[in-house]
Amino acid sequence: MANLKTVSKKSKAQSMGMHTEVLTGRTQQKFFNPDEAENFYYFGTYDVDFNKRTELDVKDMTAPEANKEIDNLMSQGYGTIVIKNPQGKHSLGVGILNKLNLIFEGSLGYFGMGSCDGPIVRINGRVGWSCAENLMAGKVVIEKNAGSCFGAAIRGGDLICKGSVGARTGIDMKGGTIIIGGDAGAFTGFMMQRGRIIILGDVGINLGDSMYDGTIFVGGEIGSYGSDAVDAELTSSDQDWLKRKLKVAEIGENFDVSKMKKIVAGKKLWNYDNLEPTEKKGAI
Amino acid sequence: MCGIAGLIHRGKSSNVGSELQGMLQALKHRGEDSTGYALYGDTDGKNFIMRFKVGENVGEGSSSIMEDVSVYDERKKIVDQTLAEMGAKVVKEERTLPYSLRYEIDYNTKDLLEFSQRIESIPGVEILSMGKSLEVIKDLGNAKMVCDRYSLDKVVGTHAIGHARMATESGVDIKSAHPFWGYPFSDVSVVHNGQLTNYWNNRRVLENKGMRFMSECDSELIAVYIAEKMRDGATLEEGMKASLTGLDGVFTYFVATKDSLGMAKDTMAAKPLVLYESDDLVAMGSEEIAIRSVLPQEIDTYDPFDGEVKVWQI
Repeated sequence: MANLKTVSKKSKAQSMGMHTEVLTGRTQQKFFNPDEAENFYYFGTYDVDFNKRTELDVKDMTAPEANKEIDNLMSQGYGTIVIKNPQGKHSLGVGILNKLNLIFEGSLGYFGMGSCDGPIVRINGRVGWSCAENLMAGKVVIEKNAGSCFGAAIRGGDLICKGSVGARTGIDMKGGTIIIGGDAGAFTGFMMQRGRIIILGDVGINLGDSMYDGTIFVGGEIGSYGSDAVDAELTSSDQDWLKRKLKVAEIGENFDVSKMKKIVAGKKLWNYDNLEPTEKKGAI
Repeated sequence: MCGIAGLIHRGKSSNVGSELQGMLQALKHRGEDSTGYALYGDTDGKNFIMRFKVGENVGEGSSSIMEDVSVYDERKKIVDQTLAEMGAKVVKEERTLPYSLRYEIDYNTKDLLEFSQRIESIPGVEILSMGKSLEVIKDLGNAKMVCDRYSLDKVVGTHAIGHARMATESGVDIKSAHPFWGYPFSDVSVVHNGQLTNYWNNRRVLENKGMRFMSECDSELIAVYIAEKMRDGATLEEGMKASLTGLDGVFTYFVATKDSLGMAKDTMAAKPLVLYESDDLVAMGSEEIAIRSVLPQEIDTYDPFDGEVKVWQI
């Protein structure tokens, strides 16, 4: 990695690999300042050992009780925790700001793994709406299907669903990668601002509606394009990246990425300087 | 926000009253102003079952006006007279609560429109359901309270739909509670989660075509809309598909008939629905925890996509 104290401000983010998109238009880039590094550490995190493993049966627990117990186990140094009988409960595994190997033996309800930063999670079941919302870093793998608003507003990390997902996947996402093995619903990538979405199957109507930036790759059919979502050329570096990502995600390893479609923002909706109707009337 | 749940057993009967109670109780955090059940019980199919009310529940939280209980008896008397005049014989009569009644009626007709209009012309009387299998039971409170009040936990049948309501756009009363009967069609019922934004436009058009509305709850429009389509010869599935463009707003709804259960989701997929489907059972609800109340083991579920309509037969 480049020495952040010596490289120019303009290229720091690129040097760190924080983004590779060619940002154009009136984008405002906020750069990481290494002098502020201490602001990025969390207090109250634990030093855990991935080889120290335990199981937690949450069948008769409420979500707050289960989440508190996960925190308690991390405080004891457990780095691998297997959750038994989640049974579709909401808000399990939220707010984990720690490195952790977390395995759910079953399905989660709404808001599972929300607001996390760092854990590696495998869910051997399905997830409900808004899984991994606002994920900062880490990896979440869902073995079955996912509900709507999958990966809403994520800022980093890899979010992988091996089945199909509902509507508004990646809505408002600001970074990271979402990978879908099956189909995705309507308004996928709605108002996304950065990051990448990969869908191996079909996708519903209004794909990438009002997206600011970021990239969507689709392997199957597209129901319709949303406002300002346009096709872009699939480059060889895109294909290399897709192959690598699908392999790491243990999904679609033999998928022919050369036939995928690449969708980006046309950036024609950026017209904040337009006059409001009343102002126009006044100008006439 | 409201919660809806439904299930259909294919090729067998089960204790659908208890099962639906469990599903709706799991969704009580989505609303417990009122809860309603549409149960398709095992019957011999000879007589009509009419569930009707002669007043409102005016208990705590109700938005209804208090009435003297003696008014209920007066209204019941007029209903009995009207039935006799129409040649409808009451075979069995149950009065679960002062305002809520269940009649088994021996009456030979295929057109329930005139029958229903006569009964509902009596002020304060509303038919909650009419059919040879369907019974709509709805009242204030959560699923368990309503189930206990009406002893629904022992009802055996093939399918059922239900609704846990958080009142937003109309009153906390039985007339605005779901499910809605698909008046005047025998054995048709509807539950809905969402908001319809072209309610008044559609209502005016349908009223001009002779359809009836009993409440100002937007969800009632779905029942009337589909009933009108079916009156014009459409199948249930065709009526539901037409609703995807005919109804504006956000919605997920279920419709049940004597031998089928259907679901529809609007084209923006704005309202949740989780579905489990196997050869002998379909169970669905606003949240997976509803399904888990009848199937606690690990199962495969999925979210139907935007604009999807599905219909299952018993």
